[in-house]
Amino acid sequence: MVQTGGTRGPEVCPVASQPEAVKFPLPPSPVPYDTAPEMRALAGKCPVARVELPDGSAAWLITGFSEVREVLIDQRYSRALAYAPGRPRLGFDYLLAESLMGMDPPEHSRLRKLVAAAFTEKRMQALRPEVASIVDDLLDDMIAGPRPADLVRSFSLPLPSRVICSLLGVPPEDLDKFHGWSNTLFGDWSRTIEEMTEAYLGINGYMAELIARKRKEPADDLITVLIDARDSGDRLSEDELVRFCFGLLMAGHETTANQINMSFAALCHHPAELARLRADPSLIPAAVEELLRFVQIAGRGTIPPARITREEVCLGGVTIPAGEAVLPMMNIADRDPAAFPDPDRLDVLRAPKTHVAFGAGAHHCLGAQLARMELQEAFRGLLARLPGLRMAVPLSEIEFREGHVIASMRALPVTWDDT
Amino acid sequence: MSWRVRVDTGLCIGSGMCVGTAPDRFAFDADQHSRPVSEVTGEEEAVRDAAASCPVEAISLTDAETGAPVALD
Repeated sequence: MVQTGGTRGPEVCPVASQPEAVKFPLPPSPVPYDTAPEMRALAGKCPVARVELPDGSAAWLITGFSEVREVLIDQRYSRALAYAPGRPRLGFDYLLAESLMGMDPPEHSRLRKLVAAAFTEKRMQALRPEVASIVDDLLDDMIAGPRPADLVRSFSLPLPSRVICSLLGVPPEDLDKFHGWSNTLFGDWSRTIEEMTEAYLGINGYMAELIARKRKEPADDLITVLIDARDSGDRLSEDELVRFCFGLLMAGHETTANQINMSFAALCHHPAELARLRADPSLIPAAVEELLRFVQIAGRGTIPPARITREEVCLGGVTIPAGEAVLPMMNIADRDPAAFPDPDRLDVLRAPKTHVAFGAGAHHCLGAQLARMELQEAFRGLLARLPGLRMAVPLSEIEFREGHVIASMRALPVTWDDT
Repeated sequence: MSWRVRVDTGLCIGSGMCVGTAPDRFAFDADQHSRPVSEVTGEEEAVRDAAASCPVEAISLTDAETGAPVALD
């Protein structure tokens, strides 16, 4: 069993006091960057809670920090079993079925290590000047343009998009196509199955073509590295190669973009914290960690990718039989008072050592070190170059994409003082 | 042949990548840093996978006799 540093004893987890399963998802939070009061109440009472999902199936909702770490790290909780025949498809799980997120070690490790080397801390530090210069270019355009500006369109989305395109070797002029496909697949309840299938085929077809082109003309990029692993090492199949490139391209867009958006919105509502950062930019790396811990980035009503118990487990004092679905709530765990004193306070000086915003264990976010560096450079640039940067509309007027797995802002109007 | 496993706790960010990949060979200390369960192990693919997947390259694998680095791919 994995030791995850928990402090909670079995007596604190009164499943007996929870006679009926709670309906999940719970109501969304009125303040988008914050946790909903209903969720906070449930997490405080039952860090391992019985829930009923919209399709009527039962699951366990895990909200305690040490319990979530355990679910994410301990191999007794399987991702691959979520796709066993007869299992209900939960949330957006069907999109992950054939990705790294649908595999367990050691199958998972074979593919993961092919790309891990491209996303290490060292590689990301080497990439930092390029990211800083993309930040500067985007800010130049913002400064030259009208105020208010839309932070989503002019900064937070193009930044991670350009960076991942550069890493992978995708021509940046193809980005608009990707955002269209990405929104069809990951957002907007209005989409139909036909539209989603079309988007899926569109991406796969595009990737297959790009791979064919890179085979003829290799370049210094990640797609070429993966093609080489396929062709000279036979370490992944052609299908895996295509899916991999697609997954890498999609994974880093909305997440980083909306972490920028939501972090900025949270800072605007905590002016003393924002003032501290403006006064001392050396606090930015610590603040980025605190904001990763603090802001709630999961889309409203999103069901997190389930783990299935391989055997009977005892989690936070609760016995869970084999074969049950377990849902680790990372954003909620990062507000657990057992792990973070006064967890609902945003404190840019807190410097939380371990949070689970990037998950943990074998599926710890591949792009974590990239995202950290992008967020640091983004806030460095925004605060240094746009004096008095602030939201131009109240947070209550910000619209989110319905049904998106990430709390994805449609637009974030901002303004600033003369530079 | 056997391998010597080291984790640089100064680099470790507690991602749990290694503990999740090779649970018999890595464990957390009280600070959520990873430590090898024993410094010398047999040649195990899971240990190599863990070292190759560490996001901060905190795990070093060397030949226990010669001290030569073990290839990670």
